[in-house]
Amino acid sequence: MAEMRRVTAICNGTAIDHIPSGHALQLLKMLRLDVGRSNPISLVMNVPSGKMGRKDVLKIEDRELNQEELDRLALIAPKASVAIIRNYAVAEKRRIDLGEELVNIARCSFSNCITQNPNEPLPHRLRVISAEPLEIRCAYCGRGQDVDEVADYIL
Amino acid sequence: MADLITMDDLTNEEIVELLDTAQRLLPVAKGDVYAPLLQGKVLGNLFFENSTRTRMSFETAMKRLGGEVLNLSSIGSSVAKGETLYDTMQMVNGYSDIAVIRHPRQGAAQYSADAVEIPILNAGDGAGNHPTQTMLDLFTIREAHGTLEGLNVMLVGDLRFGRTTHSLSHALVRFGATLMLVSPKSLRMPAEIVSDLRARGKDVTETENLSAEINSADVIYMTRIQKERFPDEDEYTKVAGTYKLTAGDLDGAKGSMIVMHPLPRVNELCASVDSTKHARYFEQAFNGVPTRMALLCRSLGIKVPKKVA
Repeated sequence: MAEMRRVTAICNGTAIDHIPSGHALQLLKMLRLDVGRSNPISLVMNVPSGKMGRKDVLKIEDRELNQEELDRLALIAPKASVAIIRNYAVAEKRRIDLGEELVNIARCSFSNCITQNPNEPLPHRLRVISAEPLEIRCAYCGRGQDVDEVADYIL
Repeated sequence: MADLITMDDLTNEEIVELLDTAQRLLPVAKGDVYAPLLQGKVLGNLFFENSTRTRMSFETAMKRLGGEVLNLSSIGSSVAKGETLYDTMQMVNGYSDIAVIRHPRQGAAQYSADAVEIPILNAGDGAGNHPTQTMLDLFTIREAHGTLEGLNVMLVGDLRFGRTTHSLSHALVRFGATLMLVSPKSLRMPAEIVSDLRARGKDVTETENLSAEINSADVIYMTRIQKERFPDEDEYTKVAGTYKLTAGDLDGAKGSMIVMHPLPRVNELCASVDSTKHARYFEQAFNGVPTRMALLCRSLGIKVPKKVA
């Protein structure tokens, strides 16, 4: 595999493959890992991929991401493949599930939405209207969100 | 709790049932009969944005049914001190049995409904929805045409920010209406709404030309170009006064065609129309009372008897 030439295998942790090229840093942000103090993280960007042309890969050592954390990635990388690695072998494969609603993952982009007031305490909720093609709307104001810009509104 | 945030909260059957209930409540709305169905209930009337008809008709509706009303506006309340909507709603939740909310921010009604236990009726959230207006619009249309099914309806004016047309168009296509959306290019109906309307498989045409289809219309629904929604006055000036409907424009219209307007009007609907047989907007404004009575009863779980004595 192309990325194996660039990043060594990890002993234990989580490997996220087939991330759309150029988005690995956003994914790291969405995972809300304290990058400065976290476990070792390997990040590969824009490597050739048979399936995708180019892709990013992320490996997080000694940390098994749970399903809730992984589902946060659905907005950017719905088709990423996730492997939980134990003792250098794939112990589990996990899917990223977009679900019906994204709670506190991204905020509505509409400037007049009630959720624009940062003091309002209720969670940000984006409803998934359709997964393919991806269509999401704010659960409060109903505005459709520009899928290409949604990464800019990640919480 | 039976909130009403968008027209999606009501099925077609529920809409018709509510209109029937409103019809039965007409004598109460007019003050001819006193029916204290909501005695002991308190309505929180929360208007964070200006209103004449919606606020007064909700208050009349509640009072004619024997209920009490608490009024709150952003001026003179803690909202002016920067209180969050969430906190304000916690207070309202304690002081009243049901709340009506109008707010300049879109999504405020759904947000309020999520924040509290009591039922919430959306009386307009920014440029979002205004479903209780839609109910009185449908009542007016049914009163004139005897049906809601299969009508040709022109929605005219500010369709981008005009929340009344957002809710009304959603409801009308569900009853098989053919819609003609007439607006300046910069004030077209939001794309997601047009996409929803077309997904219902109905004819939805967008045009800038008001006069073309007047003669085939069953309903012409005029709206004001809302100065307060424009961030920039120059942008407003460019489109203000685009449409002016006069009595003369209606010469070739169907005899049964009605002209509606959620009011207030500025100059898009000339006073000359008032004296034609087509004008229906003042009755429309009154119809807010019986329809809002029906909605208050529904949300409070109060059954309106078949015969209101």
